[in-house]
Amino acid sequence: MSQPPMDLSPRRIGDVIVLGPVGRIDHLNADDFRAAVEPHLAHCEAGGASLLFDLSALEYISSSGLRVLMVAAKQSKPRGGRIAVAAPHPVVAEVLEISRFNLVFPVHATVADAVQALAAG
Amino acid sequence: MLIRFWGTRGSLPIALTARQVEAKIAQALLAASGRHFDDIAAAAKFAAELPFPIAGTFGGHSSCVEIELTEPDGGSHDYILCDLGSGARPFGGSVLARQGAATPNVFHVFMSHLHWDHIMGFPLFAPAYIPGNLIRIYGCHRTLEEAFRAQHGAPSFPVDFSQLGARIEFVTLEPDVEVTIAGLKVLPKEQIHAGGSYGFRFEHDGKTFVYSTDSEHKLDDPDVTDGFIDFFRDADLVAFDAMYSFAEAISVKEDWGHSSNVVGVELCQLANARRLALFHHEPIHDDARIATIEAETRRFEEITRVDAPRLDVFAAYDGLEVRL
Repeated sequence: MSQPPMDLSPRRIGDVIVLGPVGRIDHLNADDFRAAVEPHLAHCEAGGASLLFDLSALEYISSSGLRVLMVAAKQSKPRGGRIAVAAPHPVVAEVLEISRFNLVFPVHATVADAVQALAAG
Repeated sequence: MLIRFWGTRGSLPIALTARQVEAKIAQALLAASGRHFDDIAAAAKFAAELPFPIAGTFGGHSSCVEIELTEPDGGSHDYILCDLGSGARPFGGSVLARQGAATPNVFHVFMSHLHWDHIMGFPLFAPAYIPGNLIRIYGCHRTLEEAFRAQHGAPSFPVDFSQLGARIEFVTLEPDVEVTIAGLKVLPKEQIHAGGSYGFRFEHDGKTFVYSTDSEHKLDDPDVTDGFIDFFRDADLVAFDAMYSFAEAISVKEDWGHSSNVVGVELCQLANARRLALFHHEPIHDDARIATIEAETRRFEEITRVDAPRLDVFAAYDGLEVRL
């Protein structure tokens, strides 16, 4: 029996599509996460929407999950698309720092901060 | 089984600079502020209690790791090594210092791959010059012998391979085919690295050591990840290529053939391994930086541990011995 697709509860704030993964993303469900993100990437381009991952309900993300974010950023960048993450849970924030992910990917303290930064261009 | 690290640095051997030594002495003097030492023994005792990055160094020799199944007793001995980076030179010297040149020995060497930093110690590996020694070099690359012969002679080195006194044999292994060598069960596994590299899983007397260096983990195929989890399964020690940060490994240094501390912890946790040795240190990292990475990796292990025993994480250094 196939699993239901991962629900990212997409919502829109201005020109920013906000996706909210919940729980844990690890090597077992990273591919589901990738599949759930993929449809939104088409809109992530210059003149289109930016993509923001609201991490406030994410308890843990493994390297496989972080890789999905990195691949999404690499795919959208040539088209002028912008991707960021915001509001990481303290444990997730530590993972981002230890992995140095925060040095190569925009990480914002709050969703509001991120939306403002993405709108400013 | 005793694992002895002779070379733990990636890509290129390095040495401490005079300025780095001065900085360590200054930090030690600061730590000793107000103390008086009656003799060198008292000072040495104090030094031994200082943090490792001040009193010690992770070292700079490139990859070479010894597996000791039984302690040499002065007679002929079967030595087992992984890779012949520059760490092979001090290893060879230690054998001669212990046994002299008259005792014939057998050296079994398992080669992860043939990049220069992993073979560069062989031209200065003293036992290779001594008749009576047998050096058997194992690997999965078809160009195993060619690589060793090419670096051992003009224009790269003054002594031609044909002038070496020891008997030298090359043995090609097949990935995923277990063999027993010198009483050790050995399983090679193909890894992602330019030109190909191979990890080795060694089992003896209920203990398991996995040597997995120069190995990139793409994380884009769960079956491949599961294959490495099986390879690391229940290992007592995994020596893991942790050269880059995770972010570097998937961005600016993607396809450079190396991995990260983060992926090392995750794979070892999933495999229920007991110890993780961060290995193949980035040559631009000084001792303080490696110690920071070691501390961060221990913290990462702590926050990602779920219903499992603690994974013992440490940064390998030249001279480290780990008994399994």
